[in-house]
Parts: sequence; C-alpha cells; structure tokens
Amino acid sequence: MNAVLELLGRGVLRVLEGVGRFFELLGMTLRGLVTPPWAPSTTARQVVRVGVDSVPVVLLTAFFTGGVLALQTFKGFQRFHAEGYIGSVVALSMLRELGPVLTGLMVTGRAGSAMAAELGSMRVTEQIDALVALATDPVHYLFVPRVLAAIIVLPMLVVLSDAIGIAGGYLVAVTYLGANPVVYVNNTFQYLDMDDLTSGLIKSAVFGFLLALVGCQCGYDTEGGAEGVGRSTTTAVVMGSLSILIADFFLTKVLF
Amino acid sequence: MSAPAAVPAIRLKGISKSFGAKKVLVGLDLEVRKGESLVLLGQSGIGKSVLLKHVIGLLKPDTGTVELYGRNLWAVPPRERDELRRKFGMSFQEGALFDSMSVGENIAFPLTRHTKKSKEEIADRVAECLDLVRLPGIEEKRPSELSGGMKRRVGFARAIALQPENLLFDEPTTGLDPVTTDVVVKVISEMRNRLKPAAITITHDLKVAFSIADRVGLLSEGRIYAEMTPKEFEQSKDPRVAAFVTGNSELAPPEAEPERRTERAGEAHV
Repeated sequence: MNAVLELLGRGVLRVLEGVGRFFELLGMTLRGLVTPPWAPSTTARQVVRVGVDSVPVVLLTAFFTGGVLALQTFKGFQRFHAEGYIGSVVALSMLRELGPVLTGLMVTGRAGSAMAAELGSMRVTEQIDALVALATDPVHYLFVPRVLAAIIVLPMLVVLSDAIGIAGGYLVAVTYLGANPVVYVNNTFQYLDMDDLTSGLIKSAVFGFLLALVGCQCGYDTEGGAEGVGRSTTTAVVMGSLSILIADFFLTKVLF
Repeated sequence: MSAPAAVPAIRLKGISKSFGAKKVLVGLDLEVRKGESLVLLGQSGIGKSVLLKHVIGLLKPDTGTVELYGRNLWAVPPRERDELRRKFGMSFQEGALFDSMSVGENIAFPLTRHTKKSKEEIADRVAECLDLVRLPGIEEKRPSELSGGMKRRVGFARAIALQPENLLFDEPTTGLDPVTTDVVVKVISEMRNRLKPAAITITHDLKVAFSIADRVGLLSEGRIYAEMTPKEFEQSKDPRVAAFVTGNSELAPPEAEPERRTERAGEAHV
C-alpha cells in the first residue's frame, strides 16, 4: 500500500514539477519578449529557418488536404445532391481549421524539433553554460528570437496554405469531379467571412508561439548526452503537437 | 569597482549541494584572493566541476553563500549578478564554443554584447586574444574544424576577451598530448602574469598543477580536504594526499563516483 502511494506521489510530483517548469520558462520568455536588446538579425535568420524553409512541405500538405476534402465532401454531399457546396466546405475548413492546424503540426515536426535538437546539443556541450558565464541570459538570447520568428511566420504560412488548399480543392472538383469552374469559385467565396480568415490567423500565431516555446524548452532542459538530445527532439514534437491540438479546441471555442 | 584588499575575490561559505539523494558538496569553504592561483585536485566525479559552476553562478547552492567581491551572488538582482560574472572568465572542458559561429565571432561575442566597441576595435581585440593563446589568424575557421586543444585555447581567448579580473579553468589539459598540454600551461602562466587574476584551475595532472599553482587544494567527501603549497602537497604524509601524488589507489579511500553527473538544468537557475 505504502509503495503504491509513494509511486503515486512521485508521479504527481513529477507532473507538477514539469508544469511548474513550463510556466517558469514561459514567464522568462514573456519577460524576454519585452526586454531589449532585441536581435533583429537573429530573428530574421530564424524566420528563414522556421518559415521560408517550411514553405514546400506546408504547400504540399495544403494542396493534398484541399484535394482530399473535395473528394470526401463530394462523396458525402452527393447523397443529398448538395455537390454545389463543395467549394464552401473546402474553403471554410481550410481557413478555420485545417490550414492553421496542419501548418502548425508540420512546422512543429520541422522547426520545433530542430529547435529542440539545437538547444539540446548546446546544453550537452556546455554552450548554454558558456552563455551564462558570458553574462548572457540564455532564455532571452535563444528563446526570444525563435518564438518571435514563429509567431510572425506561422500566419504567413497559413495564408499560403489556405490559398493552396482552396486551389487543390478546385483542381480536384473541376478536373476530376466535373464541377463547373465558375459556380465552384462563386460558391467558394460566397459564404466566406473575414472572421473565418482572421480566426485562423490568430490561432496560427498562438500555435507558432507554442511550438517554438515547447521546442526551445525541451532542448533547454536536455540531460544525458546524445541520447538525451534524441529524447528531447521526440518530446518536442509530441508535446508541441499535443499543445497545438489542445489549444486549438479552446481557441476555437473562444473565437467561434 | 575595486574591492578593498581585505575582501577576497571569491569566497564560498558552507556550500552544500545535492543532486537527488546524492550529496556532492557538504559544507564547503573556500577563499581565493586577487593574484592568487588555486589548483583543485580530486578524483573524477567528486564535484570539482560542480564547485566551479557554483563560483560563477551556473548552479545555486542548496545552503551556504557564494560571495564575489564581498557580494552574495544569489542575494543581488540578476543584473548585478551578470556584472559580477563579467569579472570572471571561465573556460570549459571542451571549450564550449558556439558552433553556429566562427572562431572570430565566438571571441567577439562578449565584446559585442557587453561593450560599445566599434567593429574595428573588436576585430583588434579578437586578434589580440588569439595571439595570446598562440593561434593567430584563425578567425574565419569554424569550431568543428579545430582540434580539441585548439578548441580549448579558443575557449580561453573568449574567456579573456572582456579582460576579466579572474579566471576559472575546468580541466584545461585533460586528454591533450604532452606537447599541447605544455602549450596550454604556458598560455595559462602567461595569462596569469599579464592579468594577475584570482584563478581556480581544475585538473588531474599534477605536473600542470605544480607549475601553475600558488596553492593546491584536494577535494574529498564534499569539502576541501587539504589545502597547501605545491611543495607541501608533494611531500605530504597524509594518506589521501599521498595517494593522489603517487597515484596509488590502495592508499586512497574508496570514494570513486560516477564520472560527471548530469545536473538538472532547472537547478541552474539561469
């Protein structure tokens, strides 16, 4: 009995410790975001690495998602002769949900993991200690440019992803399902609101913040050499993706 | 700020530190004054690096105080803590060079962050530091292109770029060949002559220790077990000291512990 309680207590403690650490680093990052000196050139470099380098994978994902959405909706809507609304469904789903979420997940896999790996190897080779010894706040120096870059760049990627997703849906609907191009395009934009776009963009900025923060945190707290770096990278992707999906639910509820 | 002579540059009082259930430092006291060179010896994994990390505030003691120039490192605001850190140049075991930067950028890093020097002045200072560690003209190289000994010397160059008043060396010669070791020792002696720092050096190498130390300390069971001049150390009859000098494991108490513990990053409080 005692052993069970002990095990339980240890588990609870570990979870609480992790949560506490998350908020500790969150606080340090938020403070860092409003404290000079800002590093525009470092941030710009991160914008390239998080954003520009992610464009191909984000576009491919969006294109096929738009396409498959058109296919699936056709299958379903055909049953009650509502094929004309495929365009609206594709556009709405992309803008409100799939654009931000899938982009967030893809960038987590590409950039969040890379951040964890980079900071993790800096930790195990004492480079982070060296930063402190050189009187430099590592959270400010390492987290802030990455988090900032991700916040800036995710909404941009999402705009691209929305556009390509809609194009993918159009292509499948018009060439393969035989939809009328003019009617399809009309339908796509007829029921769209500005809100649909902005809510997706707000979400994506939050996703950017989360994936960069989680990626940096996992790397920063790496222990145990090369194996530890591998573990941190995995954790960064898992926790980053989870936090995006969970945040997505609550944000949608708020922004609905 | 120049501290009165009575205040030692480094003073550790009653430092205790545990990692989980493992007690590494137990009520350790230590003082190093300006111009004084202390070499710390001790078996692997005994906590020498942990001790050094306390001096510069990479680790926070569980109990006890770290005073630099008479100021309690963990009682002052973070900004002042960083000011105190700037008076110390620390070189790490493997150099800990930033591998995303060139050698020149590494050495320039503290200068661009903490001074308002112009590009030319910084370039001059970088060249000067590289000269001092006998590696002139390698500014453009990447850390990955350097050998272990070169990395460490570039690490020294970075540590002294801001002209710190004091130096901390974490195993500057471990794993280097005898010739490179000699170069590193000469570089350290030269830096001592020039900067007159309070210096703490961690090493396993007695030859290195005796050639750069004013005092030698032996770390054992979480404390400074013995502290004496190199000569006294060499001739000491104390079994633990003698074991270290002669390299005879039968004389030493069994206290070998796992090499280089991994400390929780969260405890670094940075």
